[in-house]
Amino acid sequence: MESRTEAATVTLPPKLKVKKPSLMQSLRKYWVFYLMMLPTFVFLIINNYMPMFGLIVAFKNYNLMEGFWGSPWNGVKNFEYLFKTKDAWIITRNTILYNFTFIALNLIVPITFALLMNELRNRFFAKVHQTFMFLPYFLSPIVLSYAVFAFIGDYGFVNTTLLPAFGLEKIQFYFETKWWPYILPLVNTWKSLPYYAVIYMSAMLSIDEEYYEAATIDGASKWRQMRSITLPLIVPVIVIMVLLQVGRVMFADFGLFYLVPRESGMLFDVTNVIDTYVYRTFLVFGDLGLSVAASFYQAVVGFVLVFGSNLIVRKINKENALF
Amino acid sequence: MSVEAIDTKAPGNRANVVSGFPQLLLNLFFTIYSIACILPIILIIAISFSTETDILRNGYKFIPQNFSLDAYKFLFIDWMAIVRAYGVQLFVIVVGVTLSVLMMAFYAYPISRVDFRHRSHFSFFVIFTMLFSGGLIPWYIVYVNVLHLKNHIWVLIMPALASGFWILVMRTFFQNTVPSAVLESARIDGAGEFKTFLRIVLPLSTPVLASVALFQTLTYWNDFFLPLVFITDQKKYTIQYLMYKALSNIQFIAQNPTIASEITRSGGVLKLPSETVRMAMGVMGIGPIIFAYPFFQRYFIKGLTIGAVKG
Repeated sequence: MESRTEAATVTLPPKLKVKKPSLMQSLRKYWVFYLMMLPTFVFLIINNYMPMFGLIVAFKNYNLMEGFWGSPWNGVKNFEYLFKTKDAWIITRNTILYNFTFIALNLIVPITFALLMNELRNRFFAKVHQTFMFLPYFLSPIVLSYAVFAFIGDYGFVNTTLLPAFGLEKIQFYFETKWWPYILPLVNTWKSLPYYAVIYMSAMLSIDEEYYEAATIDGASKWRQMRSITLPLIVPVIVIMVLLQVGRVMFADFGLFYLVPRESGMLFDVTNVIDTYVYRTFLVFGDLGLSVAASFYQAVVGFVLVFGSNLIVRKINKENALF
Repeated sequence: MSVEAIDTKAPGNRANVVSGFPQLLLNLFFTIYSIACILPIILIIAISFSTETDILRNGYKFIPQNFSLDAYKFLFIDWMAIVRAYGVQLFVIVVGVTLSVLMMAFYAYPISRVDFRHRSHFSFFVIFTMLFSGGLIPWYIVYVNVLHLKNHIWVLIMPALASGFWILVMRTFFQNTVPSAVLESARIDGAGEFKTFLRIVLPLSTPVLASVALFQTLTYWNDFFLPLVFITDQKKYTIQYLMYKALSNIQFIAQNPTIASEITRSGGVLKLPSETVRMAMGVMGIGPIIFAYPFFQRYFIKGLTIGAVKG
C-alpha cells in the first residue's frame, strides 16, 4: 500500500528535464497519443461539454421552431417562475434532507458492520456473509422496486402476512406519505451498505496489529480497543467518504426516487427530488423553462459543493481528491 | 461457488479474539442479515410460481401453496418479445463494454505517462466533466435534436461509453503498475508507442481492465434510464425496460398484440394473471446477474476499493 502512494508521487521533478520539448517536437514524438485519445475526446465534447454549454437555454424562452440559437432570451424569467412554485422548496428540501439522512446512515451502519465483521473468527463464513451482503448492491433499481413492491404492495408480504399476524389493518403504502421517509433510507442503506462496509473494512485492515497486541497486554477490552484504536485510526477515511457524499447532496439517486415509489402522485410531497422533478417537468409535462431552471440551479449549487468538498479532501489526502 | 472477498483480520494473538457465546451471536447476526439480503429475491421467485387465485386470496407468500407455471406460460405466449429484449440488451452490453473499455484505456494511457507534455490538460479535460454537468435537458437536446438518435439502438450504448471516474482509475493503475524501465527497454528495442501499449501495457493491466469491464457490464445491464428517455419503439426495449413497464402498468403486457389476440381467441377463458406475471417478468430480469455475480465478486470488490481508498 505504502509503495503505491510513493510511486504516484515520485514523478520526474521538472528541474531534471534539460529543456521542455517544443510543441512541434512533442507532436512528432507523441502523435500516436493524440490519435489514441481522439475518440474519448470527441465523445466528451458531445456528451458532456455540449450540454454544459447548452445550459444557457435556462436564460432563453426555448421553442422547437426557432431552436437553440433562434429562441429569444428572456433573462431570469424561468427562475422567477420556478421559485414562485412551491415545488422549488419541496424538491430542494427532499433532495438535501434525504441525502443527509443517507450520509448519516452510510456512516453508522457500515462502520458497525465492518467492526463486527472484523471480529468473525471463521474466515470462510465471513466471506460467505460478504457475498450475500453484496447482492443488493448489484441489483438494478428496477429489481429493487420489485423487491419493495413484493413486501409493501396491496398483496405484499407486510399487508397479507405480517400486519394480520399482529391484528393490524392493511396499510396503503403507495398512497400514504408518512411511511416514505423511513422506507427510502432503509432501501438505500440496504443497497449501499456493502460498498461502504468494504471501504471501512479495508481501512481497518491496514491498522498495525501491534497496537491491538499492546492494548491486550494492557488489559484493554474489545470495546475500549474499538473506541481508542480502530475508530481514531480510520477517521481520515471517514472524513473523506463523508465529504465526497456531501459534495453530491444536490444530486439524488434517480432510480431510487423515481422507481421505488412507483411514480405515485400522492407521494410527490415526500418523494419528489430535483432529478425526478426535472425529468417529469421536461419529458412528461413538456415544460422546458421550469425544468431547465431547476436543472441549472442544481448544476451550479452542485458544482460549488463538489468543488469545495474536493478542495478539503485534497488537504487530507491528495490521492482521494479529483484534482 | 468461488467466494473471494476482503479478508478479515487474521487472528494475531489468541487472547484478543471474541470467542464462545459472543462469537456465536456474531455469526447469528450476520446469518440473519445474509438471509435478509436474499429474501426479497426469493419472494419474487415464489410469487412467480404461484397461482393467481392463491395470490388474490392469501397475498404474496414465500412458499407457493400450489406450484404453477401459469405466469410463465402466459408471458411466453409472445416469447419473441422477451427473446428480442434479451437480444437488444446483449448487443448493447457486448458492443458497449468492448468499445468503452478500449476507448477509456486509449485515453488513460497517454495521461498516465509523465513524459507526455499535455497530460495535465487532458486530465483536467476529464476531471471537469466530473465536477460540472449540464444536466438532463441540454443533454437530451444534443442526442435528440443534434444527433437525431431517438429510438436508435446506438442511444442505448453511446451515453455510457466513457466515464471520468474509470478513466482516472485506469490512469492511476497504468502509472503505478507498469514499470517505466519496461517501457524504456521497449523503446530501445525500437517498438513504437502504440505497439508498446498493445503488447506490453495492456497485458500487464488485465486486472484493471477486467474490473472496468465488469462495472461497465453492470452499468449497461442495470440501465433503465436511457430507454426511459429515448426509446418508444417496442422493438428496441431492453429486458430492464420491459420489467419497468410490467411493474408500472401490468396491463401493458395484455396490450401486446400477440397476447391480446390470444386472449380474444380464447373467448374470455384466458385472463391476465397480473400479480404473478408481473413477478415472472421480474425473474426474467434478475436471472443472469444473480448467477454470475458470486463468480466475479472478487473483481467487483477490487474495482470498488481501487477507486476509493488506497490505504
